[in-house]
Amino acid sequence: MTDKPTKKPGDVETTGHSWDGIEEFNNPLPRWWLWTFYATIFWGVLYTIAYPAWPLISGATPGVLGYSTRAEVAADITRFEELNAPIEAKLEAADLTAISADAELANYTQNAGAAVFKTWCAQCHGAGAAGVQGQGYPNLLDDDWLWGGSIEDIHLTISHGIRNEEDPDARYSEMPAFGELLAEEEIAGVVQYVRQISGQEADAALATAGETVFLDNCAACHADDGTGDRFQGAPNLTDAIWLYGGSVDDITYTVENARFGVMPSWTSRLSEAEIRAVAAYVHGLGGGE
Amino acid sequence: MGILDKHKVLEKNATLLLVFSFLVVTVGGIVEIAPLFYLENTIEEVEGVRPYSPLELTGRDVYIREGCYVCHSQMIRPMRDEVERYGHYSLAAESMYDHPFQWGSKRTGPDLARVGGRYSDEWHVDHLRDPQSVVPESVMPKYGFLEDKLIEGEYVQDLMKTHALVGVPYTDEMIENAAADFKVQVDPWGDYDGLVERYPGAQVRNFDGQPGISEADALIAYLQMLGTLVDFSTFEPVASR
Repeated sequence: MTDKPTKKPGDVETTGHSWDGIEEFNNPLPRWWLWTFYATIFWGVLYTIAYPAWPLISGATPGVLGYSTRAEVAADITRFEELNAPIEAKLEAADLTAISADAELANYTQNAGAAVFKTWCAQCHGAGAAGVQGQGYPNLLDDDWLWGGSIEDIHLTISHGIRNEEDPDARYSEMPAFGELLAEEEIAGVVQYVRQISGQEADAALATAGETVFLDNCAACHADDGTGDRFQGAPNLTDAIWLYGGSVDDITYTVENARFGVMPSWTSRLSEAEIRAVAAYVHGLGGGE
Repeated sequence: MGILDKHKVLEKNATLLLVFSFLVVTVGGIVEIAPLFYLENTIEEVEGVRPYSPLELTGRDVYIREGCYVCHSQMIRPMRDEVERYGHYSLAAESMYDHPFQWGSKRTGPDLARVGGRYSDEWHVDHLRDPQSVVPESVMPKYGFLEDKLIEGEYVQDLMKTHALVGVPYTDEMIENAAADFKVQVDPWGDYDGLVERYPGAQVRNFDGQPGISEADALIAYLQMLGTLVDFSTFEPVASR
């Protein structure tokens, strides 16, 4: 049965192995495959010469191209900084109040400021800058400003933040926790008074009693008429805007425990041009003064 | 005997083939891994990096336990877009005391390598309690239960000893004061001078704003420290690294 020759004249050599009469042709590798294989080896050698590769005693071979990831990112950043340098220099030299009047700066700050805002500010103030009602993250779209709504004020607030530990120039004020300072009925009265002056439903009798408590304890910061004091970041209590909620429960909690909203300082994270851009952007959102 | 005939010996002996295959693979391992342990330019000394304080270390354990690393990386790559968004690219030295490192491999949420100081403590409490209340588009689960889980730090000394065992340079003094340092870091009225001396740059606050030390305190202490230890206003990157 195995007599029949399997190899015909002109066929390539077999490997010489034979299993039950079955033999294997020793076909050469396809040329294209073989040459690709050699090319990858050649490429590998060139690559290790050109780029950092072989570990030696104290360091790896640096490669003739001198490639470095750090140098590359530094160059990339520098390239964009140089592109922006003229407009940023102009922005830094400009008077803050003059930015909106200058078409070029206004256009730049609207776009650059929006980018900075979405990266660094949106997590607290919301992507649309409306803040989080009742949780202490101020709405930046309205006219109600805690520390002032002029562009200088906004610029200062962004630069140094509010009540943070990292920046000695941060805006600072601290409301006392009146839970330990006032009696329960005094707090109940002042809460009703605050609801009355903010135009909400209030117990008139309690509110009358609360007025005295307010004038003695709260007016120093929130002003006699309750309109607040921007110099100390004391909110206006007579409007319908509530940072931490305007219900009886919310106001009572605020009076008893005080609130201590913190905003980080951005001087160490953003450049002056970026701070100016985002200040102009926030100022232009609608509430800027 | 030609080389192919010699090779035939290997091919016909399974055990021998296994041993020699292993030896060949070992060469690759030695060339790629061993130099990392002795090459000077793979180990960059950076001023400011220190072992984690007991509270931060506990917070780091909460971070690992809750699987934060599954959605958050701690590795800012040296690319312009990442540096613009997150801050200076991460240095190897910044995770030199991490066992295991928390570089992560996927970003469902943002990178956290420099989250320290970026948000207020109150924001972190609100955000852990209900992420969507501050970031409506977030898909992060709620971690409010961390606030309710009070901890005493009774195992923190053992935890530090374990880290010391794998190479973190905790001194005897640090380990001795572990429990006290753990408690004082959430007490701004306490005597925390020793803590700050042992762990420069440690932040002392009541992180979750509530009485007692909770897991949220530990986690926020850890998060607020991330990326803040190196002062990049004085750091000079060496281009060859």
